Amino acid sequence: MKLHKLHKNVLPGFAPTIGFTIFYLSLIVLIPLSALVFRTSTLGWNEFIAIVTEPRVVASYRVTFGAAIVAASVNAIFGVLLAWVLVRYTFPGRKIVDALVDLPFALPTAVAGITLATIYSPSGWVGRYLEPLGIKAAFTPLGITLAMIFIGLPFVVRTVQPVMEDIEVELEEAAACLGATRFQTLSRVIFPALLPSILTGFALAFARGVGEYGSIIFIAGNMPMVSEITPLLIITKLEQFDYPGATAIALVMLLASFFMLLVINLLQKWSRRYAE
Amino acid sequence: MRNNIGTGRLQTEPALVRWFMIAVALVFVGLFLMLPLAAVFSQAFEKGVSVYLESITDADTLSSIKLTLIAAAIAVPLNLVFGVTAAWAIAKFTFPGKNLLITLVDLPFSVSPVISGLIYVLIFGLQGWLGPWLYAHDIEIIFAVPGIVLATIFVTFPFIARELIPLMEAQGKEEEEAALVLGASGLQTFFRVTLPNVKWGIIYGVILCNARAMGEFGAVSVVSGHIRGMTNTMPLHVEILYNEYNYAAAFAVASLLAFLALVTLAVKTIAEWNMQRQFKDN
Repeated sequence: MKLHKLHKNVLPGFAPTIGFTIFYLSLIVLIPLSALVFRTSTLGWNEFIAIVTEPRVVASYRVTFGAAIVAASVNAIFGVLLAWVLVRYTFPGRKIVDALVDLPFALPTAVAGITLATIYSPSGWVGRYLEPLGIKAAFTPLGITLAMIFIGLPFVVRTVQPVMEDIEVELEEAAACLGATRFQTLSRVIFPALLPSILTGFALAFARGVGEYGSIIFIAGNMPMVSEITPLLIITKLEQFDYPGATAIALVMLLASFFMLLVINLLQKWSRRYAE
Repeated sequence: MRNNIGTGRLQTEPALVRWFMIAVALVFVGLFLMLPLAAVFSQAFEKGVSVYLESITDADTLSSIKLTLIAAAIAVPLNLVFGVTAAWAIAKFTFPGKNLLITLVDLPFSVSPVISGLIYVLIFGLQGWLGPWLYAHDIEIIFAVPGIVLATIFVTFPFIARELIPLMEAQGKEEEEAALVLGASGLQTFFRVTLPNVKWGIIYGVILCNARAMGEFGAVSVVSGHIRGMTNTMPLHVEILYNEYNYAAAFAVASLLAFLALVTLAVKTIAEWNMQRQFKDN
């Protein structure tokens, strides 16, 4: 133990690096974020509650969180399928598809936004086939969901994929030797091992969808009460110089993302325990 | 039962199921990823090459490209220095509150881009904490370039640090200790031992940080004020052109950003291969 302690102190530079880390973190992230909390605290409690429970604001929560849940669910299903196909099967173009999964991380949100709005507009590449079916995608909550599916997909695939790669084939062989059918092996052996990572991916995609702005506003139509997302409402209030309104709603969003961060951390702890 | 005897069969699904699943996955990828990517370039060239070239050499477009490059050229190096410093402190030492610090470093990723811009308006804006003082001294931050740079630094803050921390942790400290015992100075150890080991991790982090820095929209939109030719970055310029129904020009500028995204994906994939190879070699 003593030796271990001596051992540790050999590397130099802890004090300056941790000092700079905390200084830069405070300057760029912590102090600016605390400004939001302090600015809201100058509002009275009743005033704060009145702002964040206005019908138009509540409608925006419903649109934002509702679309994010649907999008994250779609991503959980297709993301797991995609990860499975990429890990377990071989087919031509697999490596390209694998690299392309990260496109939503790399493509600027405004580019994704105008492109999705164009594709799903009534005369667009996909929209023209939806129109005769009576499905309106652009400028409706469906469009918001589609944009959230686009930006959330890599979160599920990239969270589930490494866990899938680590599953030991011996487990499956053991299950099969003990007489399990393939379906039983998948549902009783593989699925439980993947579940924590699927939930983590779902939570990450959901959190990203809730905060997303750029890829959504072009396709959303932004009609108050119908297809107006909360981040847009913050900007609208800001443009009307309604600072108390903007900060109060932003604080609600911030608290929601802190809560999601907590859930994600707990899920990751759970999946790590599962891995051991 | 018969299927279980023999080999390959029990570890996979029947061929029909396999092909069906591959087909569904590919249709999904085609519809949600490939189609939008193809649409950007198709729309950009819809009115012909001359309109395309005209759009990307327009004076306002060029000034938006310049501003985007400036913002990235400031934000990426700052976050690189921070990322390397933070990774050294967090990965090579044990101290109380380490997990909390890692969570805080990741924080900007979980904050909505709109809020990332708003917090700087609350500090530096005219109605903000420092607003009146800045106004009295004629210093412009919000609706000016410094605000754009600050918002860009915030949203790209975690990229390099979060890539390097696990990488440096996995590599341990033995090599650095050996160097120090052999008489190398701290900085020599860092530049000759640590840095070469995490080279591809740094490239990976920098390329993703740069992609986000050049592509950020929400946060920058809040602080920019959208002054054409002055405080418009490329993504903001795309928005303006699109809202003016100038689709060909909007997609022309967007195609430049989409091309950047493709380069980013390529470099990222190469960095991943190299990191895996390096990991196997050790």
